[in-house]
Amino acid sequence: MTTPPAPAPAGGAGAPEAPAPSVAPASPWALALHRVRRQKTATVGAAVIAFFVLAAVLAPVLTAISGTSPDAIDKKAVNPYLGGLPRGSLGGISPEHWLGVEPMLGRDIFARLLYGAQISLLVAFVSALLITLIGTVLGITAGYFGGRTDAVISRFMDVMMSFPSLIFMIALLSVARDVNRVVLLIGVMSLFSWPYIARVVRGQTLSLKHREYVEAARASGTTNRRILFGEILPNLTGTVIVYVTLAVPGLIGTEAALSFLGVGIRPPTPSWGQMISDAVLYYKVDPMFFILPSACLFLVVLAFTLVGDALRDALDPKGGRT
Amino acid sequence: MIGFLLRRLLAMAATLLAVCALTFAVFYLLPSDPAAQFCGKDCSADRIELVRQQLGLADPLAVQFWHYVTAVFAGRSYGTGQYAVQCDFPCFGYSFQSAQPVWDLMTDRLPTSVSLALGAAVLWLLLGVGAGVLSALRRGTWLDRTLMIGTIGIAALPVYFTAMILLYLVVSVAGLLPYPRYIAFGEDPVGWTTNLILPWIALALLNAAIYARMTRNSVIETMAEPYVRTARAKGLRERRVVGRHGLRPALTPVATMLGMDLGGLLAGALITESLFSLPGIGKLFADSLNKADQPVIMGITLLASFFIISSNLVVDLVYAWIDPRARLS
Repeated sequence: MTTPPAPAPAGGAGAPEAPAPSVAPASPWALALHRVRRQKTATVGAAVIAFFVLAAVLAPVLTAISGTSPDAIDKKAVNPYLGGLPRGSLGGISPEHWLGVEPMLGRDIFARLLYGAQISLLVAFVSALLITLIGTVLGITAGYFGGRTDAVISRFMDVMMSFPSLIFMIALLSVARDVNRVVLLIGVMSLFSWPYIARVVRGQTLSLKHREYVEAARASGTTNRRILFGEILPNLTGTVIVYVTLAVPGLIGTEAALSFLGVGIRPPTPSWGQMISDAVLYYKVDPMFFILPSACLFLVVLAFTLVGDALRDALDPKGGRT
Repeated sequence: MIGFLLRRLLAMAATLLAVCALTFAVFYLLPSDPAAQFCGKDCSADRIELVRQQLGLADPLAVQFWHYVTAVFAGRSYGTGQYAVQCDFPCFGYSFQSAQPVWDLMTDRLPTSVSLALGAAVLWLLLGVGAGVLSALRRGTWLDRTLMIGTIGIAALPVYFTAMILLYLVVSVAGLLPYPRYIAFGEDPVGWTTNLILPWIALALLNAAIYARMTRNSVIETMAEPYVRTARAKGLRERRVVGRHGLRPALTPVATMLGMDLGGLLAGALITESLFSLPGIGKLFADSLNKADQPVIMGITLLASFFIISSNLVVDLVYAWIDPRARLS
């Protein structure tokens, strides 16, 4: 990407904290990226996200190196005379089991955390993608066309938002017993999350459609389709990116909660929520088993919040910039 | 105002009915057989079929739905003759597994959940609004920065972690408090508080962090309004400027959010109740899930929707009362 030449210094209205004499970025996206990069917390957050994404993607490679698998039961690593607690200190950390083992079954925690990250991130990312798609399409339709279309979509959103979503998700998940859990989780979580994005997009669209350039486009006979994709959608991208980034930690937390309550990912497949739910029983006698998945959950959620906050400051100056 | 109220009440009833219908349709698919549960262990297939007829489970879905909705207002009885069970108004179904009407099961557990929700709400309001206002008024200082970084960290803490750390440190290590159990407020207000304080903290922390950030933004925005400058120019003391002109409008969005969050919690905090083994509606829901006790699951879903929808209504009404412009939409 070539950097466009710096604009001539605007008379008097230059930013007070003008960066070094380097070439000033000119496109709004480059500007935003620049602003995000200047926040150290966002960089740290992005690094943490990259770390977990890499760990999840490379899970098969990493477990091959550590020589463990998430499902292998290692009875030798637990002490049957101590109620199946791991042998050794710190939850059974040893050269074979880098982060220790689970009580009772002796499954390797390192491997289970990695594969758990796969599930957590996969479910959260795919749901985020789905709610972006559904939320944007319905929100933009409701906002742009207004009238009866808007009334129907808005009413529907109201109904969806008055469901006790966690309770209803659990009910739906417990009804469908023999369906692929990952697909089902993604479907159910998206079903109850899209209205929040749609509402924001609708509001944005409502204010955008009366801007001069949109009116001008309409007056010059531009089709609805071209106005939507050429004039309105590009102006929504920033807002949508911010809301989706901030929705991801919520989705990760919901997946963990559902698996914790036993209706999400089913046992042979590892997931963080499920590990925490197993570990709650041992929190006093084997704290490592409990702390590790909780810490992963904490770090990922924190990282996404930091990045989302920074993005909001950079892209959506109205939304809570301080 | 009356027209507005009527319109909102009608909309609320319609939404509840829609939620009810959807819930009913979903639970119709649940692989549990109330007839077999009602009949008991040693029941022949013929007998189960007979029971199914008597309970109206063989009727089409729409008819069953009609019976369910009318029973809420008029009550109904299940079965006939000596096996009949009566379910009085308001009948939200009958749990054959625990041989009790769902309504009784729920009302037994309701005080626990309401205590948990209200206490936590008070806590997160105090902490969140306090920190938010402080942060806004001391904007840019180290205090502001510490508080705001702290809130991001706290908001990311998983509730499982907070709950277990609290239990471990306060109950197991320090021995300051007993392991939480529910004591009715009327019986022993002090015991009620000491037993619920840990669940309150665990439940309140996340919201406290969210409220702190929201309050801070809202106060900063309001304090930049021209009328605040006018108040200062008139020579009002800073305390009065902040109290009268700054905080009152700044806290309106907080009130809105409180209504919604509280509505979602009144029908049980699933995870917090499970972690502390508190016998609230959330725990009842989790237990009923394990037993596949369909009528109870359905009843709780409806109760929770009712709380959410009515708290939305209350929020709208309060809003319309504060700000007449809101009545138009």
